[in-house]
Amino acid sequence: MRPIPAVKPKDLSEALQYLAEGGKPLAGGTDVLVAIRKGQERPKLLVYVGELPELRILRDTGEGLEVGAALTHAELLAHPATERLPILRQVLRTIGSPAIRAMGTLGGNLVTASPAGDSLVALYLLEARVRLVGPGGERDLPVGEFIRGPRQTALAPGELVRSVFLPYPPGQPHSFFRKVGRRRALVIAVASLGALVWVRDGRVERARLALGSVAPTVLRPRAVEEALVGRPVAPEAWEDLVPLLSAATQPISDLRASADYRRKVAGQLLLALAQALPSPA
Amino acid sequence: MRLRFRLNGRDVELDVPPGRRLLDLLREDLGLIGTKEGCGEGECGACTVVVDGQPRLSCLTLAIHVEGKEVLTVEGLAQRGGLHPLQEAFVETAGVQCGFCTPGFLMAAYALLLRNPHPTPAEVREWLSGNLCRCTGYKQIEEAVLRAAEKLRHVQEA
Repeated sequence: MRPIPAVKPKDLSEALQYLAEGGKPLAGGTDVLVAIRKGQERPKLLVYVGELPELRILRDTGEGLEVGAALTHAELLAHPATERLPILRQVLRTIGSPAIRAMGTLGGNLVTASPAGDSLVALYLLEARVRLVGPGGERDLPVGEFIRGPRQTALAPGELVRSVFLPYPPGQPHSFFRKVGRRRALVIAVASLGALVWVRDGRVERARLALGSVAPTVLRPRAVEEALVGRPVAPEAWEDLVPLLSAATQPISDLRASADYRRKVAGQLLLALAQALPSPA
Repeated sequence: MRLRFRLNGRDVELDVPPGRRLLDLLREDLGLIGTKEGCGEGECGACTVVVDGQPRLSCLTLAIHVEGKEVLTVEGLAQRGGLHPLQEAFVETAGVQCGFCTPGFLMAAYALLLRNPHPTPAEVREWLSGNLCRCTGYKQIEEAVLRAAEKLRHVQEA
């Protein structure tokens, strides 16, 4: 394979110039370089943005954490600031392998926009906002609007993901993340469920759920979230919601699993969540 | 580009296309064929090297990624003519059979022991989960890393 031309701009404005000329951003390389190798992509220029200081900020605003797009999963896991976002750490720990976590970035996961993107499950749960920068300046989008479909985003030509804002969830929700796949490491989930659940007096006060790998994008099953409010924390009290959750999915059959299996697994993950929550004493 | 980086403790400078894979640069331009190419897409860990103390897959790393960085390959593990305690331990536990995956395992294990000199068996298994071996068996490899950790602790205490 002939190497693709690549440049390392010295700052953000130089990077944006290269992007305006049709360059493609490169950070950790864990997705872009695989896609190139498989012949799915052949960018005319790779613009290495992984070390741009503007993309490597980590700022606690009091309301949440602004995370530069080029910070790696390993850096986020090691940084004390992410202690306030246990769901983020829980999800990041399951990504790939140590080497992949030392290379891959949140910005890269966003742009790849895989329905199986584990980190995206945390971003949907936290109701993250994505900050884009381009020739026309900056704009912010909720993660659910930034991601349009598999490998499809709201990025306009010449735009770059600069950072992600992760609001601290109110109160003390319980965090949950479980993925089902065929190998523990480097697994691309067959189905996954993440959740933030606020519990009071043994009952669900509020819940946010996000499903991975069972629809064209990560999915928030709102009907199930609403139906959970007021329920006792016990799997038997949630059983009637299993079909509701399965019905919210729009899975495909592929080489990893059939649509039917994915639908069933997603439903069962809801009961796994109920079991993982502290039961009323 | 004129690429400058540290490789196995020495300054290296060479002309190379910025989009060249680190793996090819090591094996073909610099003759360091210890680093192996398995899958070429980040699933097998055979090409693992250590960059600034972190494990990194050289098949998914470009020359541009290592500019100004400190790269360690399996060739840089052994010091002063003797094997590194990790390499010794792999020999002692029969953690090497065909040997193809070994450099990747060694470098991933090296990165683990850098940050965690006292890993538990579960931590060793988790840390090496991105490396595939098709013949030796993972148990001997796990034992090798635990044994090496112990050796390194003795070296430091002595």
